[in-house]
Amino acid sequence: MTSLTYLRLFFSGRINAGLFSWRVLSIASLGVMLVASVLPSQTQENPYIVTYDHYLEEPGSLEVEYFSTFGTQRGGNDFHAFWAEFEYGATAWWTTEVYLDGQTTFNDSTIFTGFRWENRFRLFQHEHFINPVLYLEYEQISGADKILKEIEGHDVEASNGAPNGEARKEHNHELEFKLLLSKAFKGWNIAQNTIATKNVTGGNPWEFGYAVGASRPLALKASPKRCSLCPENFIAGIEMYGDLGDRHSFGLHETSHYVAPVVAWNLPSDWTLRLSPGFGLNDNSHRFLLRWGVSREFSGFGDAISRLFGGR
Amino acid sequence: MRKSGLSRSMAARIFVFSILVAPLFLADLTSAQEGAASPARKKSTVYAELAKAPKKAVDRRNPLEDDPEALAAGAKLFDLHCAQCHGEAADGGKRGPSLRVSKVQQATPGTLFWLLTNGVVRRGMPVWSKLPEPQRWQLVSYIKSLAPALKSNTEGEKSPATRNNPPPPGR
Repeated sequence: MTSLTYLRLFFSGRINAGLFSWRVLSIASLGVMLVASVLPSQTQENPYIVTYDHYLEEPGSLEVEYFSTFGTQRGGNDFHAFWAEFEYGATAWWTTEVYLDGQTTFNDSTIFTGFRWENRFRLFQHEHFINPVLYLEYEQISGADKILKEIEGHDVEASNGAPNGEARKEHNHELEFKLLLSKAFKGWNIAQNTIATKNVTGGNPWEFGYAVGASRPLALKASPKRCSLCPENFIAGIEMYGDLGDRHSFGLHETSHYVAPVVAWNLPSDWTLRLSPGFGLNDNSHRFLLRWGVSREFSGFGDAISRLFGGR
Repeated sequence: MRKSGLSRSMAARIFVFSILVAPLFLADLTSAQEGAASPARKKSTVYAELAKAPKKAVDRRNPLEDDPEALAAGAKLFDLHCAQCHGEAADGGKRGPSLRVSKVQQATPGTLFWLLTNGVVRRGMPVWSKLPEPQRWQLVSYIKSLAPALKSNTEGEKSPATRNNPPPPGR
């Protein structure tokens, strides 16, 4: 089923009942956005879905995020993978984050596929020409995980084609390291991530991947009035990500690569909406990935918890 | 046997979750206690960062100082990004010091721009280079427009002068 056919059937309601939850979720999210749009804007989030820049969560703030990835699958069923993120600014130099992953494979089943615990550490105190951030993550996920948040090793389309019942039997405990490099330049953000992953459950070799992105707000100056549709509330850009093989076969052989325009709307009242259609660049890639996400920042969350435990 | 296995599995998940969540609370409680123990010292250390601005940065002029809209835009940006820590009237909050004290008000626009760009990461102020340069200059315009506290202090205490510049409207 092509993406366009799928979307047409989806919106016409003539699609598998297993997709009902996605439709309800989409409508609910739209409703939330409309409600939020009457409140003042608070956030300034980047539009990337895969790439990281060097900006961490503000200390004491909690950001709750939901993301979806719809992916086409040749030789199997299309899928809708989704994940929730709980991102907390522990300090100005340390952000910690928990992910919960799941997916629906059409004509198959909906399953929980695991969790991740991510930490990002800012290495330098001041801004430099290039700003490095160290990223450490522990993942406990099954072989059925399809969120494609990071692509490394030989993570090609064919490896996501197995039925859920079979794929979920594979359990992975992975350690993931990233070096995030990012720079602000004349209103642009330019970011590059190098990824190295080790599956500690078996004798798997180190696997590598990359992500790069560039983005810019539609306006650099803020308008004096509060508004939902001011151009400075929109940030647009592009990201590209893919595999780089593993320790035994480093390079582009049997790897997948994607390019994806991205746009973020820093919605009123701490809400951010992101949208990114992604396109596979070779035969090993999924032909089309449609990603979107909605996030809400809770400023002062840490202070509230501190008061709960007797802090001032 | 099966039931017992499930219980152990659940206990293990709760344990792992506790391990994951604990750093969040510990980090925040620690920072809150540090702030409560010596607020004056913490805030004076933050003000001391102003003196670390390089001369090139200190001498930079605000390109938007003649922009009639910069003040209002800066007030909006302050409310969105800064008021949570520095207080709605910029007279100090739990996490951030007052911006009405003489040390801040006497600093050059270039110094304030430098501090906004680089933050004071070790003391909890994030870098704000994610805001485009013009928006940082708009913030500087607003901060420089604040009426100074009558009594120069480093504690961020509220002063009568606060009433001269109420928080931006619309919140």
